[in-house]
Amino acid sequence: MTFDTLPAAAGVGYKPKHFNDILENPAPVGWLEIHAENYMGDGGRPLAQLRALAERFPISVHGVGLSIGGEGRLDPEHLARLRHLLRWLNPASFSEHLAWSTHDSAFLNDLLPLPYTDATLARVCDHIDEVQETLGRRMLLENPSSYLAFADSTWSEPDFLREIARRTGCGLLLDVNNVFVSATNLDFTPQGYIDAFALEEVGEIHIGGHDEDEGDHGHPLLIDSHGREAADPVWDLLDHTLAGSGPRPVLVEWDTDVPDWPVLAAEARRASDALLQPRAAA
Amino acid sequence: MISQSAFRHALTDAGQPVPETLVDGAGRPAGRRFSVYRNNVAVSLSEALETGFPAVAALLGAANFARVAARFLRQHPPGSPLLMTWGGQFPAFLEGLDELDTMPWLPDVARSDLAMRRAYHAADAAPIEPAELLALDEEALERARVTLAPAVQLIASRWPLAEIRSYALGETPERPSSGAQDIVVTRPEFDPVVSALPERGHAFALALKAGMPLGAAVTQCGAGFDPAPTLALLLGQGAITGLIS
Amino acid sequence: MSNKLKTVALLGAVATAVTLSAQTVQAQAKEKCFGVALAGQNDCAAGPGTTCAGTAKVDYQGNAWKLVDAGTCMEMELPAMADGSARMGSLEALDRDLPAS
Repeated sequence: MTFDTLPAAAGVGYKPKHFNDILENPAPVGWLEIHAENYMGDGGRPLAQLRALAERFPISVHGVGLSIGGEGRLDPEHLARLRHLLRWLNPASFSEHLAWSTHDSAFLNDLLPLPYTDATLARVCDHIDEVQETLGRRMLLENPSSYLAFADSTWSEPDFLREIARRTGCGLLLDVNNVFVSATNLDFTPQGYIDAFALEEVGEIHIGGHDEDEGDHGHPLLIDSHGREAADPVWDLLDHTLAGSGPRPVLVEWDTDVPDWPVLAAEARRASDALLQPRAAA
Repeated sequence: MISQSAFRHALTDAGQPVPETLVDGAGRPAGRRFSVYRNNVAVSLSEALETGFPAVAALLGAANFARVAARFLRQHPPGSPLLMTWGGQFPAFLEGLDELDTMPWLPDVARSDLAMRRAYHAADAAPIEPAELLALDEEALERARVTLAPAVQLIASRWPLAEIRSYALGETPERPSSGAQDIVVTRPEFDPVVSALPERGHAFALALKAGMPLGAAVTQCGAGFDPAPTLALLLGQGAITGLIS
Repeated sequence: MSNKLKTVALLGAVATAVTLSAQTVQAQAKEKCFGVALAGQNDCAAGPGTTCAGTAKVDYQGNAWKLVDAGTCMEMELPAMADGSARMGSLEALDRDLPAS
C-alpha cells in the first residue's frame, strides 16, 4: 500500500541494524526516514529492505547530497537519480537541506553554511523550483546547524526560510536541535527563533542529540552529532514548537554511535509523548 | 562575499587562514569554529573510506590508514554524493604511494574491497536452476552462452588474495600460505562472498562474462583445462543467471 | 575427432559441476552476516568538533611519511608467488623503519 502523508506521530531515522526490530516491535514508531543517497544503488539488501519497510510504514526520503545552496547548477545526474528513487518508492515526503555540499563536482560530505543575502535567496529559490519541477512534488527544506555566521548576511534565518517557502511554495522541515545548536553557538534565543519561524509551513520536525565543545573566548560550541539522546532543553523547545504549530510528524535522528533498538524506541516514545500530551510551553 | 570556491579551498587546507567574513555571534572572527567544518569534511570522508575498504584498513592499521585517507580525500574527493560509489581510484592511488612499497599486495586488496561493495549494491538477478544445464545435449552445450549476475566481480592477482582478505579481516588466524589466487566475488542473496578461483578459472569466467559460448570458453583456457570446479563454484553461488541455448 | 572428445568432456564437466554446486549451496547457506552497511553511509550528522586530524596543518601533497604502527600487515609473511618469482613485500624493511620501543 502507499502512504500519502507522514502521520503526526513519532518517526525514526532508519538504520539497517534495526530492520528486524522494526518489523517485530515498531511501537511507538509510526513512520521512518531514510537518507536518499543510501538507496541509489542498483539492488541488493538496501533496496530489498526499503521495499519491505515501505509496505508497512510511511517513508520520508531525506536527501543529504543535493547541494541546494551550491553556487553551481544542481547536479543533473543526481537529480535524475532522486527522481528515479521517488518514482519507484512514491514516499510520503521528500526533504533536503538549506546548505551546500558540492563544489566543482567534488562532494565534500558536509552541510556547509550559506550567507543569507538576496543573491543566495534567488539562487536557492531557483534550485528549489528546479527540484520541485523535476520531482513533480512539493519538498521540505530544513534549517541548518550553524557554527559560525557570515558578516554579510542581511536576512535572519527564519525570515530567509519563510521567504523561500513563500516564493517557491516549498514546505519547511524544522530541526529543533539545529535551532538549539545554532542559538547557543550564535547567541540568540531558540524560543525567539521558533516564534519567528513560519510554523504553518512546517511539514516535519527533527529532534536529535548534540555534543558540547568549546570555541574561542571560552564560548560553548555545540556540535550537531546525532550521537546521543536529545538534551532536555531541546525537548522543551519541541514542546514550545508543538504548542505553536500543533501536531506534526516528529523524527528522532540518531546517526552516529547508533544504539540498540530499545534505546532508540525510548527516544521515539518521548517524542510520541510530546505529541500526545502537550506540556505547557517552556 | 566569500565564494564557495574560496570557502572550499580554506576548508581542505588547514594551512590557509580562516576566511575573514566568517564570524561568531558577536561579529568576531570565526576562529576555530571553522575547524568544525574542516573536521566534518576530513573525518567523515576518511571514515567513509575506512568503512568502504575494511580489509585495507585492517592491513594498514588505523593511524596509517588515516594518513593515506587524508591524502586521498584531497586528491580524489567523491565525484558524486553517493559515498557508496567513492574510491574507484583508491587501488591505483595506493600503487603510487612509495611509502607502501613494502605492501605490494595492498592495491589488489583494495580492488577486492571495491568488488565487495559493488557486488553488495549490484542489481538483483535470479539464478538459473543448475539442472537446466543437464537438459542440453553435447552440441547445445558447446554452443550455449550463460549470463553472469551483475554482482559477479572477477579479480586476477599475483598474491594469495582470498587468504590475505580472510587473514586481514580476522576470519581466520591462518597466515596466507598459497601462491597467486584469482578471486571471484558473488552474491548468493544479499551478502557478497569472496572465493578463490580454481586454476585458469579467471580466464574461463571472464570469457563467460564476455558472452563466449561454453565450448569456446573452455578451448581458450588451453589443453587439459577442466571447467567443472569453476562452473560448480558459479552455479553454487547463484552467479549464473541466464542460459542462452 | 578432437572436437568430439572435447564435447564429451564438457558434458561430463557440466554434470560434475551441477552435482558439486548442490554441495556448495549447502555449505554456503551457513555463511551469513556480512556487514549490513557496506561503505560509508550518507548522513547529516556533524563530526568531532574543533580538534582532530582534519585541522592539522599538513602538506597533503608532497611530504614523505612513514608507516607508523602495526596493522595486521606487520605479521604477514607471504609465500613465493605462483609463477616462481621471488617473494615481494617482505616486511623486514618496514620493521627497520619502526622507532625503537
